[in-house]
Amino acid sequence: MLHTVNKSSFERNSLQSCLNTIDNTSVILLIEDGVISAANNANSPMLADLASQGRVYALKGDVDARGISSKVADNIQLVDYAGFVDLVVEHGTPVSWV
Amino acid sequence: MATKKFMYLNRKASYGTAYAIESLEVVLIAAAFEQDVSLAFIDDGVYQIVEGQNTDGIGMKNFSKTFHALGDYDINKLYVSAESLEERGLTADDLMPLVYEDEDDDWEEKPSVKVVSNAELTEIMSEQDVCLSF
Repeated sequence: MLHTVNKSSFERNSLQSCLNTIDNTSVILLIEDGVISAANNANSPMLADLASQGRVYALKGDVDARGISSKVADNIQLVDYAGFVDLVVEHGTPVSWV
Repeated sequence: MATKKFMYLNRKASYGTAYAIESLEVVLIAAAFEQDVSLAFIDDGVYQIVEGQNTDGIGMKNFSKTFHALGDYDINKLYVSAESLEERGLTADDLMPLVYEDEDDDWEEKPSVKVVSNAELTEIMSEQDVCLSF
């Protein structure tokens, strides 16, 4: 299953709620202010663990807009909108954590 | 017209919500009325003035460039929370080099951004007539 998170983990607990409930085959795509968590995954051991398994993605346009591309962890994969569509095709309808 | 001290508290990152750009609009209005304006960037608000923002991929206007114009409106007191930067793995070097020309010092270019502790921010806030939170 695909989960999208669009809130900064400094502002809301959307990412934590997502992490608390996803199964072990799900992937997470960070979008909008959610990409702030991609730059700081050291703050969330659970996200870092998922990233090390290649299960965390971030939308490149949102990362670039916030000027934090150099801060994103190497094991978080950046995708464009076409990549977003590919993830939906592969994993099915996303669950949106707002 | 009487001058008041206005502080704008910016607590959200740009683009995800409209708070950042709305704050900037109101800041410019206050400047047009020649008020004494300060800006504070705390929590995710520090991302508003991170250097190197590029919005080509999301089809939104990159309004971070507008911060460079604030100096020309005599807005040169931009305070950034040191604690908020550190929490996010950011340093002053990650921020845009915003400057103003000091008319009392032969128009020398000086930095507008000042990284301060939350304790210092408390003190600056207590000196304000009005604090507006975004």
